This record gives sequence, C-alpha cells and structure tokens, in this order.
Amino acid sequence: MSNLLLLIPIALFLGLLGLGAFLWSLRSGQFDDMEGAANRILFDDDDVTPPGNSKKFHQGDS
Amino acid sequence: MNVALQPCRHCGEPVTAMSPAAPDFCCAGCAGAFELLGEMGLTSYYNRRAFDPKVRALRPDEDEIASFDFTELASTDTDGHHHLNLMVDGIHCAACVWLIETLLQRNSAVLQARVNMTTRRLRLSWQGDISDIEDIIRPVMQMGYRLIPFDPAALEQATTSRNKELLRCLAVAGFAAGNVMLLSVSVWAGYFQGMGGATRDLFHWISALIALPAAAYAGLPFYRSALGAIRNRRVNMDVPISLGVILALGMSLAQTIRGEPHAYFDSAITLLFFLLIGRYLDGRARGQARSAAEHLLSLNARSITVIEPDGTRRLIAPQKATPGMIVLAAAGERIGIDGKVIDGQSDVDTSIITGESIPVLTRPGTTVFAGTTNISAPLRIEVTATGGNTLLSEIVRLMENAEQGRAKYVAIADRVAKAYAPVVHTLSLATFIGWWLIGGIGWQDALMNAIAVLIITCPCALALAVPVVQVIATGRLLRAGILVKSATALERLTKITGIIFDKTGTLTTGKPELVGQPQQDKLMLAAGMAANSNHPLSRALVRAAGNVPPQTNVTEQAGLGLMMQGPAGPIRLGSRAFCDVAENADVPSDITGPELWLSEPGIAPTRFVFRDTMRSDAPEVIDTLRTRGFEMTLLSGDRESTVRQLAETLGITNWMARMSPTEKANHIQARADRGNHDLMVGDGINDAPALAAAHASMSPATAAEISQNAADIVFQGDRLGAVIEAIDVARKADRLVRQNFALSFAYNVITIPLAVSGFVTPLFAAIAMSSSSLIVIANALRLHAKSGKSDGVGIKPATTLSQQAGI
Repeated sequence: MSNLLLLIPIALFLGLLGLGAFLWSLRSGQFDDMEGAANRILFDDDDVTPPGNSKKFHQGDS
Repeated sequence: MNVALQPCRHCGEPVTAMSPAAPDFCCAGCAGAFELLGEMGLTSYYNRRAFDPKVRALRPDEDEIASFDFTELASTDTDGHHHLNLMVDGIHCAACVWLIETLLQRNSAVLQARVNMTTRRLRLSWQGDISDIEDIIRPVMQMGYRLIPFDPAALEQATTSRNKELLRCLAVAGFAAGNVMLLSVSVWAGYFQGMGGATRDLFHWISALIALPAAAYAGLPFYRSALGAIRNRRVNMDVPISLGVILALGMSLAQTIRGEPHAYFDSAITLLFFLLIGRYLDGRARGQARSAAEHLLSLNARSITVIEPDGTRRLIAPQKATPGMIVLAAAGERIGIDGKVIDGQSDVDTSIITGESIPVLTRPGTTVFAGTTNISAPLRIEVTATGGNTLLSEIVRLMENAEQGRAKYVAIADRVAKAYAPVVHTLSLATFIGWWLIGGIGWQDALMNAIAVLIITCPCALALAVPVVQVIATGRLLRAGILVKSATALERLTKITGIIFDKTGTLTTGKPELVGQPQQDKLMLAAGMAANSNHPLSRALVRAAGNVPPQTNVTEQAGLGLMMQGPAGPIRLGSRAFCDVAENADVPSDITGPELWLSEPGIAPTRFVFRDTMRSDAPEVIDTLRTRGFEMTLLSGDRESTVRQLAETLGITNWMARMSPTEKANHIQARADRGNHDLMVGDGINDAPALAAAHASMSPATAAEISQNAADIVFQGDRLGAVIEAIDVARKADRLVRQNFALSFAYNVITIPLAVSGFVTPLFAAIAMSSSSLIVIANALRLHAKSGKSDGVGIKPATTLSQQAGI
C-alpha cells in the first residue's frame, strides 16, 4: 500500500502539468485559430523563406 | 460571342472573348496579379489552392484601394512598431492564407503578418512610418483580396472572453474529473475486494482536495448565472445545477469527515465537466455565426470622403462627420451621411430606405440619407444631421421600442427549469420528512437520502438537452450560409404561423431586368450607349444584350439620360421627357414598370420596360410555405401597382403598399397583439423596426447594416430557400429537444424512486448520470444525419473545400 503514497502524487503532478500546459497554450493564443493550425502544417517551409534567396529557389518548381 | 472560353487563370471566373486580357484572363487586374506572382516566384499558389464556391472570386477591384484610411485604426507601441487588425475578404483555402502571409513578409518592414483562418482576420505589425501601410498591403489588394481595418476592441470581445473562460473552466473540470474518477473507481472496486477503511478515507480526502477547489472554479459560470436568476426572482436551469453540485460536495465532505463509505465527489465534478462541454460548444457555435455576420457587415462599411475648405480630400469614418462638412459621394458609392445636396445632379437608389425600386433624381437642395447609393454622377453633400438626429437613429429608436416584446421570451430550457426545480425540491424535502418522521431514522441519514434525491435528479441530461441540439443545428445552418445570431432564434422560429415579406431586395433581387423582346438592333444600340452608365436600368440593358461593345462619345445627363451624336443627328436614351415622347403617346399599357426610351432622328421611339425581378426560387418557396399552412403577407414601401403585380404573380393575397417603417412595425405589433407569431423577412432600413417587432426575423446578407443587426438570422446567397431551410432545421431541432427532455424525464422516473427509498450509491449515480448524458448527446447527433426529406427547395449544403489541392 505504501507505493500508493508515491504513485498518487506522481499521477496528480502529471495531471497538473498537463493542465498547466493547456492553460498556458490557451493564454498564448494557440487555440484562437484551430482551422488555420490544421492547415498550416501542410505549408512547405521552404516557401516562406526570407526575401532575397526565395526568388532563385522558385524558378525551378513553378 | 459571349461563350465562356476557359476559366481565368487568376480568379477562375469565366473569360469571355470580350475580356481585355483574353484568352487567359478575365480582366486586366487578374493579368496583373498573375504577373506579379510570377515575378515574386509564388506561382505555386495556383497549384495548391482550392476554390470555395461560397467565397467571392479573387478578382481585383479597380478602385477599392483608396476607400479606407488605414492609419486611423493602427496603433503604435513604445518600440515604434505599428499594429493593425484587418478583415480579409476572399480567403478560399489555406493556400490563400499562405499567399497573403508570404506576400506581406516579403516586405522587409513587416515584422509579423498572421492570418487567422477561422475568423478571416489578419494581424499586421510593421516598423518604419505608419503611413507605409498602404504600400505594404498593396500587393495583397492587387491579388484581389479586400482588406478592411477594424477595431478589435469594438468587436465581440465579450463573446470571445466568455468562451475562453468556459474553456479554462472546462480544462480544470476535465483534469479534476479524470483524477477523481481514477480514485473513485478504486473505491468502487474496493467495495467488492475489501478495501480497508483507512485507504478508502484517504482516497476520499484526496478526492475532496481535488474536487472542492476545482468545482469552486469550474462551476463559476453556473453559480453566477444562478445567482443572477434568483436576484431577478426567476429560476433557470443553472439554479438546480448549482444547488445539486454544492449539496453533493457538501454532503460528501461531511461523509468523508465522518468516515462513511459513500462520497459523491466524482458525480459532482463529472457533471460540471459534461455541462461545460455543452456550454462551450454552444458558445463557440454562436460565436462563429456572429463573427461571420460581423465579417459581412464590415465588408459594407466604407469611409466617407470629406472635402476640406482648402479643397483637399480626407477619408473619415461616417460617425466622425459633423454638420456643415462637405462630403463627396462618387458615382456608384454608398452615401454615408444624412445631408443636403449642394452640387451635382444624379440618381440616387433609395430602395434600402423606401423600398422604391426606381432611383430618385437628386439635384442641389434634395435631402439624401445615409445608406442610399449614388448612381450616376458625383454629388457634393453638406452634412445636416449627425448622431441622434439622423434618419438612422430615428429608426433605432423605433427598433428599441419594438424590441421590448421579444426580450420577454423565455427559452424552453428555462421554462422547463421553472416547472422542474420546485417539483424536485419538494420531492427532496418530502423524502427528508418522510424518512425522519415516518421512517424513524436519524435526521442525518434522512438528510443523506434527501440529498441523494437532489443529486440523482440534478438536471445533467436536461441541461445538455438544449445546447447540444443547438450546437448541431447552428453548425448545420452555418454551413449552408445561414447565420443564427440569437440564442433563442430557432426556438422562436418553430412557433411562427405567419410570414411577412418585404418586397424590394427580399422577394426580388432589387435589380431591374428588361421585360419583353425589343427589336434586336435597337437593343444593341441602346445597350452600347448604356454601357457608359452606372444607372441600374442601363446595367439591365447591357445584361439583356450580352456582350456589347460600348459606344463612344456618349454623354450622360444625370437624372435624364444618355445622348450620342449619330450620323443623322442626336440619339437619346432616357426618360420619356428626355426623348421628347408625348406624355400620352401610345404604349402597350399592359406592361408597367420603370421604362427607358430610345429616340433616333426620324424614327419612332422604342420603349424598354423593366421590372424588379423576383429571386429565382421565390415562387417555389412561397408555394411550399403556403402548402405548409403559413399565412403570407407582403409589406412594401414601394408604389401600389408594383406591389400588386408581384403579389398577384406570387399569389399572395395579403399585401400592403406604401408602408412607412412605423406602419410596418405597427402592423406586426397589431398582429402580435392578436396572438399571431410572425416571421419577418426584410432587408431595408425601413424594415428594421419591423424585424425587431416580429416574433422571429431573417434578413439577407445584402441587407442594410441595421437590419442585419436587428435580424435573428442572416442568410447569404441569392436563394430565398434559406427561409425554408431555417424553418426545417428549427422544427427538427425542436423535436429533438423535446425528445431529449422526454428521455431525461424517463430516466428520472426510474431513478427517483430508488433515490427516495435510499438505494442510491455513488457508483449508481455515476452510471446513471453519464449514461443519460450520452444518450441525450447521441440523440442530438441525429440532426447531423441527412435532411433528404426536405422539399428540395432548401439550400444545398455547400461543398467544403478545405483540403489542400494536390501539390
């Protein structure tokens, strides 16, 4: 039974950690645009390169 | 000649042989946009985008860029960085988001550009000069997107923060419910496996430690609402909920202190968790509908152009105008203020205020009102009234008077609660007295049984019965382009017995169309001249003729007509007087309506007659509604002959013409006093008080801002079928809500006797509550299932094209 004294606090700590993470992400606006977030992962990162080197990069694929 | 060749390579609209940039593009703007993207190396956009048929085609406007003062709403922080929030119109899919962000980020002054795809809003931060903003956003405008600045503080802040609070509460309740349930399951298992009393008490104490603070926080939305209701001497669903949760927790704490085997921490916190899910989804669905409605409205918002005494022009918001200012209204522009014309002669489309479908001739001295559209020539207008003196604020006052009745409407959930709460509380009291006095057990045990009754009857499923159905119904209508703004709109819609329509812009499209078959060569000549004018009748001629090359050397005399020098003398197109046709000239009098005459030297003049055409599905919709037994009325501010004509075509026997805004509202009020429940469908400023007075109201998305605000439901698109669709969904939702109430009552019928007789254990309570909630939710989900039975008139759900096109 003594393992309960260890396991219950661990379970609670992990749960609180998850809750804290959720509240933090809520506050930082990560839940403001669910639809956009779902689509953003499909953007090719190399398309959003800073100005300068992007032009050269694109001549190939268009 | 006007056969579509292929879709435009930029906007996807059909390209006709007449297009200046044929065969690849429909217009010069699209060609320019394509070229710009090519230069920037962003043509991969075309491969990955997917068109959304509901969104405006991405065709660049020619003269829109100058319509806003973008610096006015921009803010600057201490670092010298500027921020601006903009609504974006024209987002079809994720590729559009990508394109807008990339275009903006190519500009080195831009610090951050982030498009919120859900709300279609752009947050832009840049450094340097604040007035650089126009250069920064120009490429986006050139692509065909419209950007409209807005003030985030003024827009739905309350809804957003309320929903965020619900989500925070939901998270806390979810965390607590999970952990308490973990401990409770152990305790339940312990009943059968012989868990020691000390371990059980420890688990109860830990549960209390988690559940009490969590319920104190997560239950706040319910406690607040319950307190508010009690203060107003009303009962809503939140009163029994709050009472149930608090008593369950209090009793469980007492049991834990006494070392008793039963505690209900898990029931209380799971109840909150379930209810918060319902509340949150409900709030979010309505938030979406509302933000879509706001989006539509801000698309119509325009700045006004003020001419300073020194001749310079300045863009300001209409509400900042002061009397005496001189405002310029360009041809084709909406007039933003009430005032008197001091210079210029033009036709003004006043249909939004009067319902009159023919434009009114205005010349210096004529009074014009905000909301009307200037058609043919620029006008200079002196502002005469602002703030509380405008026609609009007069209408607002009428609306506020009319709204009183609707505020009294009590939602079905609250009506049920009003009947339910006293019954449950009496039952619980009876249980206590019965066990204590008659049953002869100690008052503590009697109290336990009484509280168990309250817990088991706590309206968990009952409180979910309405919101879950509402969420699904609102979402389904939203996808069909019907925005439900008011929480009780669907409920009120099920009660209606009569439907009252406005004419111009509601039953009709508000656009005149040519009637009859004039001689082809005359039509081509007239249309060629008309192509030079913005007058609705001219546009109708051009539409009727198809693609006609515009005639050159045409001069427009506002309010009169068009003139062109022909080989044999002047050719005129315009009013009867302008074309020198005698007032009593012979005309086939069976067709009435606005008319244009074409006179050529030496040839008998030709007459073109127009009619404000019905929405394409209006006869079908009216027929369907009639067969369903609704009483139909047509109220219009337009002249009698036009109203009669339309009413007879549609077979509406009840019609009234030349109605003022007050008369419309009074008519509805009088009907309501006789016990009628009416649905008002209207779009004009003159309809706003009537919309507010009616039991339920709808307006098309093309309606005046004030009417959209007054209406419970706003529908997009050209089809009147939205009315049927909304009524159908509302009725179906109502049926499901009633079924859900019946299901939860059935549950209570089984469980209350058990609770009264003291057989309820925490395990039993947990199972009963969760399963009844799940059944109610499952029942509500049936609304999602096909609506194939509807008469085929309703709007078909638009295809959703959210997927990325194959790259």
